[in-house]
Amino acid sequence: MTKVAPKMYLSSGHSGCAGCCDAFAAKFTLMGAGPNCIVVNPTGCLEVMSTPFPLSSWKVPWIHSLFENGGAVASGVEAALKALGKKNDTKVIAIGGDGSTMDIGIGAISGAFERGHDFTYICMDNEAYMNTGIQRSSGTPYDASTTTSPAGKFSFGNPRPKKNMPAIIAAHGSPYVATTSIGFPRDMIRKVKKAIEIVGPTYIHTHSPCTTGWGFDTSKTLEIAKLAVETGLWPMYDMEYGEITQVRRIKDPKPVEEYLRTQKRFKHLFTMEGGEEEIQKIQDTADWNIKHYGLK
Amino acid sequence: MINPAYKDKMVVVEGSYAVAHSAKTCHPNVISAYPITPQTHIVENLAQFIADGEIPNCEYLNVESEFSAISSLIGAAAVGARTYSATTSQGLLLMHEALFNASGMRFPIIMTIANRAVSAPINIWNDHQDSISQRDTGWIQLYVEDVQEASDTLPQIYKIAEDNEIMLPGMVCMDGFILSHVYEPVVLLEQNLVDNFLPSFHPENMLDPEDPKTFGAFATPDTYEEFRYLQEQAMQKALPKIEAVAKEFEEVFGRFHGGLVDGYMIEDAEIVIMSMGSVLGTVKDVVDQYRAKGEKIGVLKVRSFRPFPKEQIIESIQNAHAVVVLDKNISIGTNEGALFSETKSCLYNSKVRIPLVGYTLGHGGRDIRIESIVKVIEGTKAAAKAGIMVESQFLDLKEELL
Repeated sequence: MTKVAPKMYLSSGHSGCAGCCDAFAAKFTLMGAGPNCIVVNPTGCLEVMSTPFPLSSWKVPWIHSLFENGGAVASGVEAALKALGKKNDTKVIAIGGDGSTMDIGIGAISGAFERGHDFTYICMDNEAYMNTGIQRSSGTPYDASTTTSPAGKFSFGNPRPKKNMPAIIAAHGSPYVATTSIGFPRDMIRKVKKAIEIVGPTYIHTHSPCTTGWGFDTSKTLEIAKLAVETGLWPMYDMEYGEITQVRRIKDPKPVEEYLRTQKRFKHLFTMEGGEEEIQKIQDTADWNIKHYGLK
Repeated sequence: MINPAYKDKMVVVEGSYAVAHSAKTCHPNVISAYPITPQTHIVENLAQFIADGEIPNCEYLNVESEFSAISSLIGAAAVGARTYSATTSQGLLLMHEALFNASGMRFPIIMTIANRAVSAPINIWNDHQDSISQRDTGWIQLYVEDVQEASDTLPQIYKIAEDNEIMLPGMVCMDGFILSHVYEPVVLLEQNLVDNFLPSFHPENMLDPEDPKTFGAFATPDTYEEFRYLQEQAMQKALPKIEAVAKEFEEVFGRFHGGLVDGYMIEDAEIVIMSMGSVLGTVKDVVDQYRAKGEKIGVLKVRSFRPFPKEQIIESIQNAHAVVVLDKNISIGTNEGALFSETKSCLYNSKVRIPLVGYTLGHGGRDIRIESIVKVIEGTKAAAKAGIMVESQFLDLKEELL
């Protein structure tokens, strides 16, 4: 039996960094969705690197409007398809970064989920505003050093934990919310396929390590993505109507230190006085996840 | 004045109802709106039409902000839907960023603006500060004088905006409360006539999986400027189109409210009063009084503020001895309203040399009374004789509050 490579609906030749997480996320999304979809992409690296006019990497219909309106634009696309009798099997997909999803665009996304539009929102979470130069977002994890939450003599970096966006979406009564990671392409593609087939607003939050923003070698993107899952820092689950129905189990969770060591954004934790206690706090988060989500 | 030809067809309805009815006859596919006074009655009436199954093939979105109202229409228009919303004041300001975006992507989204003052101080009554502040966003702006015109201008602006050579969004600006909440006799647009007048919407470009296209790409300094140039070209093409569509409308419906501008007693007028919106009704009453005394006073109604009809304005006022411009808005820091500044600017390189004075008035819904218009006319007569004493000023300031 010969294996046929899946058709790619995001062309190569875009200007993403080597090892770019957004390119992986977009590619896996389209591998799950296929050609019969319309993609809404709020402002961010993905939009900039894939559509320098007059070029475009997108082999599916694609629209970028603004930073904070992905949810609303997707609502309008879906409503118009219905009104014009063109919905048929066409899927509406919005794909945005953590800034446009968890911060500036959360109102429009909340509105779209509350209204029950038939669409799938995908958050590519690389845990900071990478397009503007690695500023802190509400997706930035505890103690990560960013350009607006830098580590310094009196700071270990970002003082707050990540916002739990999947839980916020689930609270809207969404039929399907899932977390995944670009380190697990098959998991992500399966979840995209599942999400788009469900009628109603569905959500996928994909953990996406950024080589530039996190400070690691361009060959390590997927490896580091896997480590986040294997330490318990990024739990992967399926949730239906607010109930967790499936989790990716990790038999022998690795210590978070293994994950933190790979990235410059956590480097200060290994050099600063008191860093050990901070690493322990991050370990506590992983342990809590493992217990709370039943990952073992 | 009621045209006797329509008397039988006229019904007394609220301005907002007439506008909602007009929007219904234009067959929008997606309506998206958020409540804000004094616009709410328009979208409430549309919601009732939807609830009663009176607008076929239409989705009505109760969005969570005006920002999402306009944003969802951007998505809808990209799929090829005819779209409609109504808003005002803070709601329009909240849309500001997306207004540029809708025009830049050349989506002919249409909105009715029930013009209202902006905060602070918060105030729900009428002036034009909200829409005038959007003048650079690339939207066609037509200002209407009465309820019939607010209703009649909707199918016109769809026809203008959706022209393949134009493809720009547009707003019909009607005075909040004064027109949105007034009950007056109007002819509600007849569906069969609108169907004859307004063709269905088939844009050249849309989001379609059968023929994938990229909308809203990123433009570098190498390509960006041409997008702005083409928007400006489209606006210039809208100038003759606005005139032509107003005439086509007259042929089908028998009513004409002006093209880009409309004169009243202007042919031989020595003093011309220029303005936009419902205040023109009061101004015309005052002009009638002056005419009865034999004084040559006339009115120039500016219907299209974007595109700005420079030629038509120059031509209309060139024989006057002096012109006065009434603005329900102000560009703070210039001491001038926008219509005054722009009229003055378009005269500069023309051969017309007449005194031009401006008043900024009616802010936050302050009543504009006949006595005030008389004061304006007397002041302008003095300027015609002795030259300009004060170029631009506030009218009816209450000195005791300062």
